[in-house]
Amino acid sequence: MKSLIPIAVVLAILAAVPFVVHSNVMLNFLVVALMIALAGQGWNILGGYGGQYSFGHAVFFGTGAYVTAILQMRYGINAWVGFAAGVAAAAALGAALGALTFRSGLRGSYFALVTLAFAEVLRIIASVAPITGAGVGTLIKLDLGIRTFQFQSRAAFYWVILALVGVSLVTAQLIERSRFGVWLVAVRENEDAAKALGVDANKVKLAAMVISAAITAAAGCFYAQYFLFVDSGIAYGTWISVQALLTPIIGGVGTVFGPLLGALIVKSLGEGAKLVAGDAPGLDLIIYGAVLVLVIWFAPRGLIGGLAHARRLLTRHDVPATPSTQEARRG
Amino acid sequence: MLSSAILIPAVLNGLLIGAIYALVALGLTLIYGVLHIINFAHGALLSAALFAAFFSFRLLGLDPYVAVFLLAPMFFVIGYTLQRFIIGPASHGDDRNMLLVTLGIAVVVENALLYAFRADTRTIDVPYAFQTIDVGWTFLAIPRMVGFVAAFAVALTLWLLMTFTDVGRAIRAVAKEKLGAELAGIDVGHIYAVTFGLGTACVAIAACLLIPTYYVNPHVGDAFVLVAFTIVVLGGMGSVPGALIGALLVGVVESLSGLFLGESLGQIGIFLIFIAVLLVRPSGLFGARA
Amino acid sequence: MPNQKNSLSRRQVLATTAVGVAAAASGSIAMPSVLRAQGAPVKLGVLHPVTGALSYSGQQGRLGTTMAIEEINAAGGIKGLGKIDAVLGDAQSTPDGGTAEVEKMNSANVVCVVGGYASNICLATTQAAARYELPYVVDVGVADGIVTRGLKNTFRFGPGFGVISKTALTNLAAINDQAGKPAKTVMIVHEDTLFGSGLAKLLNAQLPQQGFEILETIPHPTPTRDFNNVVLKIKAQNPDLVIPANYYNEYVLLARTMQQQQVKTKGIYSVLGGAASSYKFVKEFPEAARYIMDCNHWFDPRNEKALALKKKIEAKDQFYTYEVYMNYSCVYLIADALERAGAADRAKLTDALASSTFSGHLMPYGSTKFVNGQNEGAAPVNTQVLDNDIKVVLPATFANAKPVFPRPA
Repeated sequence: MKSLIPIAVVLAILAAVPFVVHSNVMLNFLVVALMIALAGQGWNILGGYGGQYSFGHAVFFGTGAYVTAILQMRYGINAWVGFAAGVAAAAALGAALGALTFRSGLRGSYFALVTLAFAEVLRIIASVAPITGAGVGTLIKLDLGIRTFQFQSRAAFYWVILALVGVSLVTAQLIERSRFGVWLVAVRENEDAAKALGVDANKVKLAAMVISAAITAAAGCFYAQYFLFVDSGIAYGTWISVQALLTPIIGGVGTVFGPLLGALIVKSLGEGAKLVAGDAPGLDLIIYGAVLVLVIWFAPRGLIGGLAHARRLLTRHDVPATPSTQEARRG
Repeated sequence: MLSSAILIPAVLNGLLIGAIYALVALGLTLIYGVLHIINFAHGALLSAALFAAFFSFRLLGLDPYVAVFLLAPMFFVIGYTLQRFIIGPASHGDDRNMLLVTLGIAVVVENALLYAFRADTRTIDVPYAFQTIDVGWTFLAIPRMVGFVAAFAVALTLWLLMTFTDVGRAIRAVAKEKLGAELAGIDVGHIYAVTFGLGTACVAIAACLLIPTYYVNPHVGDAFVLVAFTIVVLGGMGSVPGALIGALLVGVVESLSGLFLGESLGQIGIFLIFIAVLLVRPSGLFGARA
Repeated sequence: MPNQKNSLSRRQVLATTAVGVAAAASGSIAMPSVLRAQGAPVKLGVLHPVTGALSYSGQQGRLGTTMAIEEINAAGGIKGLGKIDAVLGDAQSTPDGGTAEVEKMNSANVVCVVGGYASNICLATTQAAARYELPYVVDVGVADGIVTRGLKNTFRFGPGFGVISKTALTNLAAINDQAGKPAKTVMIVHEDTLFGSGLAKLLNAQLPQQGFEILETIPHPTPTRDFNNVVLKIKAQNPDLVIPANYYNEYVLLARTMQQQQVKTKGIYSVLGGAASSYKFVKEFPEAARYIMDCNHWFDPRNEKALALKKKIEAKDQFYTYEVYMNYSCVYLIADALERAGAADRAKLTDALASSTFSGHLMPYGSTKFVNGQNEGAAPVNTQVLDNDIKVVLPATFANAKPVFPRPA
């Protein structure tokens, strides 16, 4: 329980933000950043802790978004029920995909690209299938109210996404501290050795995939409620797959707060680049890309790792880190 | 739909477009095979190479088939420099970092092209662009035929390079066992850079062969990236023959599934074949067993 | 080990809250640049996807908007209110990008937002603007959903899908009848996102009613790398008419491939064809472009101001595309409404727009009349590429040439 204190502190501080900040520009920025952080935290469970890099997490994001949108628009189902259904559907999808890929022994980059292929398959199907509205997409009817999960105030959306992020943080922390987490990390570090020690690697990876899918799908369902429009490019496009992996890596893979930190940094970077670059099309993105490269260059273990490294440099410079201790601290 | 009047041209078209994919994938498979990274910047570099081919034509009056001899070495140097002085140092030898660095470079290159040249679609008009050979079932575009031959030529050259030259042997050594190669005195950083350079040179060749029948804008490379990734993994990462054959296969699959399922849904064929192959042979058609 | 983890956690906590709170408190979110802030009470949000996949159209849209604003300011600004400040925003070709920009524009106190371009972006941005009762004039976005949500702030100056496909069909029937009904069979080639799919659906429902037989409807992605198979099917089924509905690049590839495969139909009749009514296409591929017909957004060819703007744009070495003159017209529409409103006030502007009868625009729409946010007078026209130029062939009131159909051998 003590380990949950940092999370509670962070959540409390972030929850207080709308009382201090009234700018909708800022709230919108934070809502989107938190949504990305949520998607990233999902990825982090499988990729950060489990070491299975997925390039197609859009598969879960999009499924969450579409399921909730379609259930509301075509079947008149309540938005909150739709939300839960979206998460459940993605979890089921995760189980199916995991069973398929892990049993075939797909690892590393092969696994990564297979997930990408699945995302593309779904994107293509979604762009032609009548149920998703095909190319036209699905528009959720504007109907403000708690019942329909559409809020007049951005602050309300903010608190909802913050709560979801909170759940994901707690989940990550619980995993980190559990035996399951130990197995997961063991699989990440050396799958064969873990297997030799009796860890059922496939089951562990599968469980991670299911949890990962559920969390990322929640971000997708939230997107649908916030923007009220879903099409195949939004749902299953590479943009969200990239964001989902970019943010944990920047913030620190395999850490509880990594994706959250990464999302805030990456989004702030985008805004900062606009500030510097002005209106010329493309200039802000050039800066954004360049800074991204620089961040990796000088904080290769993500910012969390970088901060830890900096602290070590500052406080223990008389004891040089040996290769073995560096290895132990990595990740 | 099953008549030979449609099937045969579809297969031929598939082979021809597959050859273009092969040129893009050859570079990518080399880079993967040696550096073990998915090069996110590949698409952006293709866009850049297409711009280079465009300006070689517009400003220097060079036909793309001539410009290729200028642009391939030029892009080799660009690729070498990128890896040696940016990607290599920035990633500190970590695969996942290399991924992000190439992602960052992709964003920079694509938007630099946008910033410098705007988003207008540009095309060139060469006299042979519309010339075709009548093979009875269909007209085959001459530029595509040239591309087909070129793909085999480039693949052959790469294979010869890998098998018989010192550089090739060094590359293969580093790909197989980096530490051992280092101990044997090979400069791994240099080899990495050479490989990236070769990969980028392939992209330049692909651009020159593509431009007579296609168009140029900052985002154009994106359309080829996913297919190229798919082909690389399908053929087995690091395998030159794998990339070539995988590409031709993907081209034909794309063409046939487009024919039967429509162009939109048909795109699924590429990815389904890819998933199917990987589930059965997890390291690709010609890949070394993991 | 556990100790290390805790200390790492504390660091994580500090870092996370520091960044989050600092960002929130400092409000250092990039605010859109405001041109010339002095003495300019009228701020206009100019939102377009100037980066990303739609960057060409976005940049053209921005060009048209800024040209209009410059002209208005050069003439002294809006009567009684002063000069306009353009608050530029980049929608980055995504709905969330557009939404973020609307928020910033709202914070910058713009009195109105113009633009969006793509339907999916407009759906999100008009909604975001509706929260603040910020009037929003959609420049192009043709999806019907944009004006059927009951949003009081949303105005679409140009036509929507429904009107476009109806006009396209009526005109097609007219052209066909006039030529003695040479065309019976049709193949539709459309891009598979919102605009192409939506149109194809309507065409599929309405073409048979006009007596046409649809042999096949072929969707394709944007981008499509190769059209050989599509052309193969066209060649095999030999329709009288091919109806393309796609963006510029795909349209060009399709036309070039048809030329390459020597496929000659009785005509190509596109609806919102990306390259069909494009001076760029005509200039670069005169052979492939000849006789192509299109039902698309187009300026009023008799309108002096439209022709003057064309010269100005071409002098800048740009092409006179629909994004330019539609946005230009939207700005003048807004300026007129502001003048009538008498104040840079959102509610007053919304009322003024709703009651607008503005006719000083460049489009063949006649007097403006907004019903539920849709300009009733808005309609596309039929063009045809003749004599290496684009002429309007229907409706007769705006035409400057007669349609040539079927295509001469």
